[in-house]
Amino acid sequence: MNKARSVAKAAALGKQINFMGQRRITTTLSIVLILVSLVSLGTRGLNFGIDFTGGVLLEAEYPQAADLGAIRADLASNDFAAAQVQNFGNVRDVLIRVLPIEGVNNGQLGEQILSILQSSEPAVALRRIEFVGPQVGEELTEQGGLAMIFALLLILAYIMFRFQWKFAVGSVTALVHDVVITLGVFSVLQISFDLSVLAAVLAVIGYSLNDTIVVFDRIRENFREIHQGNAEELMNGSVNQMLSRTVITSLTTLLVLMALLFLGGEAVNGFAIALIVGVIVGTYSSVFTASASALFLNVSPQDLLPPEKDPELDELP
Amino acid sequence: MNHYALWKYLLIVAVLALAGLFALPNIYGEDPALQVSYDDDRPLDEAALASVATVLQQWGIDSDAPYLSDDRILINFSSVEQQLAAAEQLRTSLGKGFVIALTLAPRTPIWLRDLGLRPMSLGLDLRGGVHFLFEVDMASAISQRLNIYQDEFDQLLRKERIRRNVRIVGDTIEVKVGNPNDLSRAEELITEADNELDIDTVERDGEQVLLVRMTPEQVRDRQNFAIQKNTVTLRNRVNELGVAEPVVQRQGADRIVVQLPGVQDPAQAERILGATATLEFRMLCENQDPYEAQRRGRAPLGCELFAERNGAPVLLKRSTIVSGDQLVDASSGFSEGSSVVFVKLNSKGASRMLETTKANLNKAMAVVFVEQKRSFVELNGEQKEVTRIEREVINIANIRGVFSSSFQISGLDVIEARDLSLLLRAGALSAPIYKVEERTIGPSLGQDNIDAGLRAIVIGFLLVVVFMVLYYRVFGLIANVALFANLILITAMLSLLQAALTLPGLAGIVLTVGIAVDANVLIFERIKEELRNGVTPQAAISAGYDKALSTIADANITTLIAATMLFIFGTGPIKGFAITLSLGILSSMFTSIIVTRALVNGIYGGRTVSQLSIGGGDLTKGLKKAGAQS
Repeated sequence: MNKARSVAKAAALGKQINFMGQRRITTTLSIVLILVSLVSLGTRGLNFGIDFTGGVLLEAEYPQAADLGAIRADLASNDFAAAQVQNFGNVRDVLIRVLPIEGVNNGQLGEQILSILQSSEPAVALRRIEFVGPQVGEELTEQGGLAMIFALLLILAYIMFRFQWKFAVGSVTALVHDVVITLGVFSVLQISFDLSVLAAVLAVIGYSLNDTIVVFDRIRENFREIHQGNAEELMNGSVNQMLSRTVITSLTTLLVLMALLFLGGEAVNGFAIALIVGVIVGTYSSVFTASASALFLNVSPQDLLPPEKDPELDELP
Repeated sequence: MNHYALWKYLLIVAVLALAGLFALPNIYGEDPALQVSYDDDRPLDEAALASVATVLQQWGIDSDAPYLSDDRILINFSSVEQQLAAAEQLRTSLGKGFVIALTLAPRTPIWLRDLGLRPMSLGLDLRGGVHFLFEVDMASAISQRLNIYQDEFDQLLRKERIRRNVRIVGDTIEVKVGNPNDLSRAEELITEADNELDIDTVERDGEQVLLVRMTPEQVRDRQNFAIQKNTVTLRNRVNELGVAEPVVQRQGADRIVVQLPGVQDPAQAERILGATATLEFRMLCENQDPYEAQRRGRAPLGCELFAERNGAPVLLKRSTIVSGDQLVDASSGFSEGSSVVFVKLNSKGASRMLETTKANLNKAMAVVFVEQKRSFVELNGEQKEVTRIEREVINIANIRGVFSSSFQISGLDVIEARDLSLLLRAGALSAPIYKVEERTIGPSLGQDNIDAGLRAIVIGFLLVVVFMVLYYRVFGLIANVALFANLILITAMLSLLQAALTLPGLAGIVLTVGIAVDANVLIFERIKEELRNGVTPQAAISAGYDKALSTIADANITTLIAATMLFIFGTGPIKGFAITLSLGILSSMFTSIIVTRALVNGIYGGRTVSQLSIGGGDLTKGLKKAGAQS
């Protein structure tokens, strides 16, 4: 019976897309994307929000379309020449950002800026003021980095425990791939990188793994149950079996993320974009990158055989 | 096959019913309300509740019955006009000691409230308000303690008539004595005063010098004390501001978080919270020329040079009669057309004041306004923030009569008088604090954030629901029921935990909706696969659930690891996101595995089924083929 099932399962792997066969092309594509991301991160860097840089951010609402030029001129004549002024969400909302100024206690800057705005347009309404001291920003960057490193290490350990080190390396490769490309998109497009985007990137880590592990789980099962074919064929078959699940889950997640992007308001835009990029790249990497990396390490069905009990040992007194 | 025992159904129904009950308070919305509390954080009791009820009845104020919530009294009104009128009335009728704050309170029915059930609490980014993060200046907490030691040692040695020079150098108090024979006695005295201090004797320029230092433990204790004392003081000040549901919490080693929902003027709140103003009383140095002292840059012995508000120099005695920590109560008011502060001293201060006024009738006494200010200076090419204590003489008057505990002070403007009296009542900060973070969210933005977040959840939810039905038919419907149950479960858990729901938290819920169906997709795809492999529908259901289980667990555990890291390292809104994400993952495991299985078993279990409505066409071909072969 077991043999028959194994054969039936092997037969089911018959008609399929040859994902593993494309790995030369897809690996090249991934490497190019990662290189572009790394170069951009190295040269342009991320457009960090005040959560990380420290400084003052002020959002104000004008009764009519705001004249950004006039606001900039007003601010410049009051020693805030370096202030960034932009629309936020619509033409009436204005976002003003001031980086920490040496030697000025910027605790009061927000109120000062508001009073400058109000002196030329009394009806301007305060939406929010955020002030972050430079030391808080530094700590946050440190904590964000630590969170990411610890999450990676723990996940690596978990997969080594549940699978095997080659799979752990495969999944972490896919993970780093997803995170670097997501960060790369933020760097290339210079989208503001704030605290909620960091949270989204960490959620991408969770999501990307989720996707990869589901595929690995099936590879493990097939390695153990089907005693035909080589690792590459079995892995390719597994990816194919999970394809519809991978696509459908990504689709439903993307559906809600699109709702969040278009309806959730300006404040969650960065968050939604990070996750959308992460989900797309994560889906791609769980199909192409993760298994290809494990294969690169010569993963074989023997790596995953359940530890068999030695029958002779059992009979020893 | 595929039969669930009755108790499992009962358990599921019980869990969902309970979740529904916990989530219920969220659908009622909010009323304008008043919150009544004592200004010193004492809990309000039934007696206070009764007196508030009496006042409401007496004045015929139209409101719901007042009730206790978190040791505070809440009164709901049906309109803002009634709320404002009642606030005015209560302020005059209840009098001093009570703080009446305008707020919004849930319109939860009484029977739910009596069960202790409350709606989710919303974070500041969803309801507007001010968030401050203050850092306590630890260096100045230590230097203050060193100053006290310095005074103490100086007095001890003076009593024994030892010639001495006690001064502070960095973190060390250096004690030199005129006569080398007094050194061991000096050391004895210091040890008697505090036997934990580190005392070293070193020789410097042929002189024996005592070096006194605080031990690392003492430093730590002192810092802990400073932070605890400051937290209490900030809480008192927040109470004085009359804010409903404030949060004042220590964060980490040297920080304090203050959150004031509904407050729209961060500048005023910060001025009160961070202020260090207090008063000192000193006698005037008579028969000395202050201008002469100013010119020479040196005050005569026993005197200290100060400035009046108009800039004129004044010489005051070095020793203070009474300092700010002996002030127990203060209120501001008007007397003869100018604003004054009515001050009350504790017994120690009062007896000092009595002695001094008795002995110095018709002599001049000065009131000094003491404020700690922070500023930046350049130090070794680096910008450093330093604390500076500013003393300003606000009033000099002849002592015309003997007085002790209660008196009034003039010389301040109205706002200064009001702020000072508030600060004196709430207690002084034991070390200066400075703001390292501020987030002010206007009420319109808070409402916009809620509206947009809810809209995204609803639309996202609908998109997923429609997709699932189209793709998985009956099984899709089952998954949708589970998805809905999942939302109720998350709402129930958030209401129960009373963890503040923030904008990233809302985003986390949206994300959960997307991910929650994943478990069902895994199961359903597996069932389809089994069907294609020629397994009977019943066996396919069973195998689908069994085999998908370990995959679902693995996938969710890794996401939970990421969420836990977010929770540990994140602060504020990020923590909120981590909480909703974790709760969502846990509850989705329950709903998408157990709840859907119960529904599937209920629909298909225990009977012969030839086909499952799971989408993807006729999947039983495999079965028929297998049947033909055998």
